[in-house]
Amino acid sequence: MAEENNKNENNAGTPSENAGRRNFLKYGALTAGLTLVGGSLLKVFADNKEQGEKMKVLSSDGKVYEATCNQLQEFRPAPVSNAEARKGIPNKKFVMVFDLSKCDGCKKCTEACQKMHYTESDREWIKVFTMHDAKAEAPYYLPKPCFHCDNPTCTKVCPVNATFKREDGIVLVDNERCIGCRMCMAACPYSTRFFNWSHPNSDQTAAIGNLPYSPEQSVPRRMGTVEKCDFCPDMLRQGKMPACVTGCPMDVIYFGDQNEDAVTNASGVTVKLSQFLEQNAAYRQLEELGTEPRVYYLPPKNRKYPAPDLKNIEKEKKEKKHIDMDMSSMQM
Amino acid sequence: MNLENEKIDIKNEIEILREDCLRPTRTFSRNTQIWIGSLLVIIGWGLYCYIHQLRQGLGVTAMRNYVSWGLYISTFVFFIGISHSGTLVSAILRITKQEWRRPITRSAELLTFVSLCFGGIQPIIDLGRPDRIFNLVLFGRLQSPLIWDIISICTYFCGSTVFLFLPMIPDMALCRDKLVVCDTRYKKFKKWLYTFMAIGWKGTKSQWHRLEKTMTIMTIIIIPVAVSVHTVVSYIFAMTLRPGWDSTVFGPYFVVGALYSGSACVILGMAAFRKLYHLEKYITPRHFDLIGRVVLALTLIYAYMNLNEYWIPAYKMATAEGHLLNDLFSGSYSTAFWTCQFGTVLLPILIMSFPKGRKITPLVITCIIIAAGAWVKRYLIVVPTLLHPFMPIQEVPGTWSTYFPNYVEFSVTAACLAGIFLVITLFSKLFPMMAVWEVEEGIQIEHDKQAVIELREQREVAEAKQMKEPKAKLITPITNTNN
Repeated sequence: MAEENNKNENNAGTPSENAGRRNFLKYGALTAGLTLVGGSLLKVFADNKEQGEKMKVLSSDGKVYEATCNQLQEFRPAPVSNAEARKGIPNKKFVMVFDLSKCDGCKKCTEACQKMHYTESDREWIKVFTMHDAKAEAPYYLPKPCFHCDNPTCTKVCPVNATFKREDGIVLVDNERCIGCRMCMAACPYSTRFFNWSHPNSDQTAAIGNLPYSPEQSVPRRMGTVEKCDFCPDMLRQGKMPACVTGCPMDVIYFGDQNEDAVTNASGVTVKLSQFLEQNAAYRQLEELGTEPRVYYLPPKNRKYPAPDLKNIEKEKKEKKHIDMDMSSMQM
Repeated sequence: MNLENEKIDIKNEIEILREDCLRPTRTFSRNTQIWIGSLLVIIGWGLYCYIHQLRQGLGVTAMRNYVSWGLYISTFVFFIGISHSGTLVSAILRITKQEWRRPITRSAELLTFVSLCFGGIQPIIDLGRPDRIFNLVLFGRLQSPLIWDIISICTYFCGSTVFLFLPMIPDMALCRDKLVVCDTRYKKFKKWLYTFMAIGWKGTKSQWHRLEKTMTIMTIIIIPVAVSVHTVVSYIFAMTLRPGWDSTVFGPYFVVGALYSGSACVILGMAAFRKLYHLEKYITPRHFDLIGRVVLALTLIYAYMNLNEYWIPAYKMATAEGHLLNDLFSGSYSTAFWTCQFGTVLLPILIMSFPKGRKITPLVITCIIIAAGAWVKRYLIVVPTLLHPFMPIQEVPGTWSTYFPNYVEFSVTAACLAGIFLVITLFSKLFPMMAVWEVEEGIQIEHDKQAVIELREQREVAEAKQMKEPKAKLITPITNTNN
């Protein structure tokens, strides 16, 4: 990761291009005869769903082809084995830092995450809260993924070891083993987990296709099992950042390896983790519970955005009724 | 007093008792058929709803991501609570040698057995993937409170089945022997059943000795097992960090709540069988008065537990816990909460403290309130906590931030309740609802007591006679010396 972070610093505009090319060479597999290369190209493809649009792609034997978009399929390397997915990426300790002073609550992280994991709009693996802890205190936005706690309450209570803590710090769910008792949901104090109450949405099932399941990518999802934010370990294996990190336009989210003592944001700015946390008085959510989250927050000091709209929160407090999600405004 | 006459008396009394106990097993009235039929309809509909739930997922219930446990888990806690009735009445009263337990042990033990069966399947009904239930065996982790539950409930189930079966053996032999003389339907089946269940009981001295010995051992074993069951049921909640569940008093609180609701249900069972099977002679108002005192004592302990559970956090009003308590005391759950506290704590204490309140009718009404209230209380323990997580509930679909069980959950739960009634009904149509030999012993003991009292009276009379004569003799010498 360190090597890559350095590269990212040199080449700030396209953070994942190098990684993407390297992986392309590594896997060198063809999907539907043609392979997509580079994060930037991938982005073009993802944003542009118009059929018939032509784009250039590089095949494994080094030739450039031109193809229409609907002929292409996003490249995904074969997932690792279940045993490997349970063990984790060796010699890593992943960590995430949110700089709350930069977060303007645009929910682009949520959108990126939902796109990445083929998630329905009500499943916010990373959710942006509007917080106002006390009247005299400043309101702020709080993006909340799974905290991948070092003392996880959820994995402790799982009766079948379907949710587990890996060596690299990530907490995952194996939906091929989960019996759906929802004890982990009751145990998680951060309400991070989601349950597949019904059959998965057919559009998303179609989008996922016949991708083989791995706990590392959390799809295809199955009815009657639990799912949650997974820190995108399939991306991490490819040397890429989680979807929410790259999806954040405000550079709020830093991600990295604690062993390397470095975290990087979407713009490729890499900082020394220990110094970053220390100098900015970082904290963790509900520290008093002793769950030891792997996600840190920098206080919303000197906000770089207008204050959050507290209309909803005030209304909620007044009416003692929670705000309904406006499902129509949410886009997949 | 003529000893021969006495023996004939006892013999007659025992014959009448046996007849009274076995009579219900021979009849199958129209009302019973209608009753069983309607129970089967409820069960059928519940089964249909459950299959619907299996096919479409738990999404057909009202449960969503915040309230991820609802009526099923509340019912689980309630039914497992009821199952403590058998232990209380049978084991505790047996070990303390309370003679009045004799006519009610069988129905209490049966209630334990049945409520354990239907309580135990609640978490399975609640499972998202019941098809993967064997993962619990394949990948079971001892660190999980759910595994503790499974182990504990299975142990209790085995124990209480043995505890129900053991005292049935002599009765099965009785049924087997009596079956020959009277004509009944399904005679062949019944003969096979009774012979099988009597496992060769002949009533020899060594057989009685062994039965007594095993019963004593089981009585001692079953009490700690029962306590462990409801303790670990509470651990499912208490082992989390959630406000309202994160409580050290939960173990004993649940155990007391279980004993209290269970013994109230025993009273309901007693009253029902007394009326339906004409057992007025054996289950008397005195029995109701005595078990009413037991329920009263348990209600008082339960009230004390409630004080600890609510008053301590309410005094402190810590942030997250404070939100929950505000909602319970004065928010959306306040009506249910206060009605429940009034109906299951204050009212029973007020009624049962007076002898008039322990008469059959007021006692039965109180116990209905207690049983229903205990069920609501389980719901109030499970649901409001889930609606008050640490992170605020913001901008979620409207169905997530509220919960009330829908028709699927109500239907499946009603089917389970109907199942309990059905098993009890069928049981009572096959087996005597009182432990005949135990009540026989009771009659014998009663007669012996009577005999002892009579003997004492005779002695007193004789002594009085003796006292009169020597007194007269003694007075004369004294007067003599005075002279």
